[in-house]
Amino acid sequence: MTARPSPGAAYTVERDDLNPEILTINMGPSHPSTHGVLRLVLKLDGERVVSCVPDLGYLHRGMEKIAENKTYHQFIPYTDRLDYLAPLSTNVAYVLAVEKLMGLTIPPRGQVIRVICCEIARISSHLLWLGTHALDLGAATVFFHTFREREVLYTLIEQLTGARLTTSYTRVGGLACDLPDGWTDGVRRFVNSFPKKVDEFEKLLTRNRIWMDRTQNVGVISKEDAIAYGVSGPNLRAAGVEFDLRKAFPYSSYEQFEFEIPTGTVGDIYDRYLVRMEEMRQATRILDQALRKLPGGPINNESRKVLLPDKTRVLTAMEDLIHQFMLVTEALTPPPGEVYHAVEAPKGEVGFYICSTGGKSPYRLRIRSASFCNLHVLSKIVTGGLVADVVATIASLDPVMGEVDR
Amino acid sequence: MTDQDLLPEEPLAVRKLRERFSESVLAATEFRGEWTVLAAKSRAIEMCRFLRGDVDLQMVYLVDLFAIHWMDHEYEHEVVILVHSFRRNERLRLKVRLAPGEAMPTLTEIHPGAEWHEREAFDLVGVVFEGHPDLRRILMPEDYDAHPLRKDFPVRGW
Repeated sequence: MTARPSPGAAYTVERDDLNPEILTINMGPSHPSTHGVLRLVLKLDGERVVSCVPDLGYLHRGMEKIAENKTYHQFIPYTDRLDYLAPLSTNVAYVLAVEKLMGLTIPPRGQVIRVICCEIARISSHLLWLGTHALDLGAATVFFHTFREREVLYTLIEQLTGARLTTSYTRVGGLACDLPDGWTDGVRRFVNSFPKKVDEFEKLLTRNRIWMDRTQNVGVISKEDAIAYGVSGPNLRAAGVEFDLRKAFPYSSYEQFEFEIPTGTVGDIYDRYLVRMEEMRQATRILDQALRKLPGGPINNESRKVLLPDKTRVLTAMEDLIHQFMLVTEALTPPPGEVYHAVEAPKGEVGFYICSTGGKSPYRLRIRSASFCNLHVLSKIVTGGLVADVVATIASLDPVMGEVDR
Repeated sequence: MTDQDLLPEEPLAVRKLRERFSESVLAATEFRGEWTVLAAKSRAIEMCRFLRGDVDLQMVYLVDLFAIHWMDHEYEHEVVILVHSFRRNERLRLKVRLAPGEAMPTLTEIHPGAEWHEREAFDLVGVVFEGHPDLRRILMPEDYDAHPLRKDFPVRGW
């Protein structure tokens, strides 16, 4: 066989005859520990990782291209499928960007409901991360405990939006519907019981000798690297950077909530673990405040040129019929301009950049996803480490491939 | 009152860029509280290095980098760079316009995180980054021969 230079040389899994002691192995795209369809090509010298080349794109659906051919409202369901472990959070991020482009605000009740959605999404995403992370390292018990709590949240999400995963709950200028009757009681019960559950999870892991050995000083991201590679979210905070978009650029009334930003010092897996555990507690604290202060009143922007009017009014009032007709046939047309709006999603900074030329669809919609940047640092931090730590490191970065590949 | 008085005051980053790069700052505009600086390609990299290194600004964090394809303009691509300063808690968007066939100098030496963003801009929009250490496709298959985010790429079927 003649050697043929190929553009994909970095991905090929072949024996290197010049370095017979270097073993190339393929990990993924279908591997339980890559949390989706991430493929890694690892070169090993014994147990040591010599190089790690991630291969992305197995879940690429062309979201940004699709957006260019959809109206602003039609794109909302696609945002569910970005970070599919926290769809509510991405729903909010997208409509906030469109609202910024249009210069819209929504009433306080709508804003606080969005905060509740974001924090529920954060806790459920962190619960999945914790369960699978511990499972990857052999601590199967934790998984069952976290999934029990996650089920409570998914039931709440289902009651609120009608779906467990494809929530599509937000609308430009408001929300799909108000809270169902008695729904806040369910959230209240969760808020009251959850902090004890976090303590239980911590009892299983935080001082567990095996857990500490597998996570401390492993997969260290230095503060400098975290900033240089654009790492965001809990991964950035674990590296010691106190940065949270909810505090830095508050949106959706986050400035009215009291919470702390946990940070780490070492930037290893253990720090990322501790930061996310504390974030779950802080998220519960935000939920508690949100339930206490949940204002009454409307949830949607009063402009009838943005959201579909109430069906009963459409059938009785001429003006509402006209607005309904215009919205359905002409769709929203934000002014020309460009905006970027980012939210602190469970995985980090998720932002939407929208370039509008005044049409019904964005001219260009760019999704800045947290996981894409967080995953970029992976090859740097696993190189030189043990192959067994690759699994632990991937889990601790908490990437979700729907968001990486878009 | 003239139009000049109605314009919002330029943030420090824009003033500093104007002071140092004068005519290479082609325009500075504000929309919804976000500032965008249109930079001349020849000095764009220098500007990024300056924004990163300046003691007062310290725009060390590359939030995002991507490209937009334009048709019926004298330029073909716009490369958009968004940087953040933890020190000032401020963001600035830099834009560079590229004529058809023109390449963009890489940012990877200033912001290592630009590596994947530039690969994606190359993969999906077709912008070539000069000096990039590893300019391969990142999302589309390796043997793919088109750039799907270009405006002449059909939305359905190929």
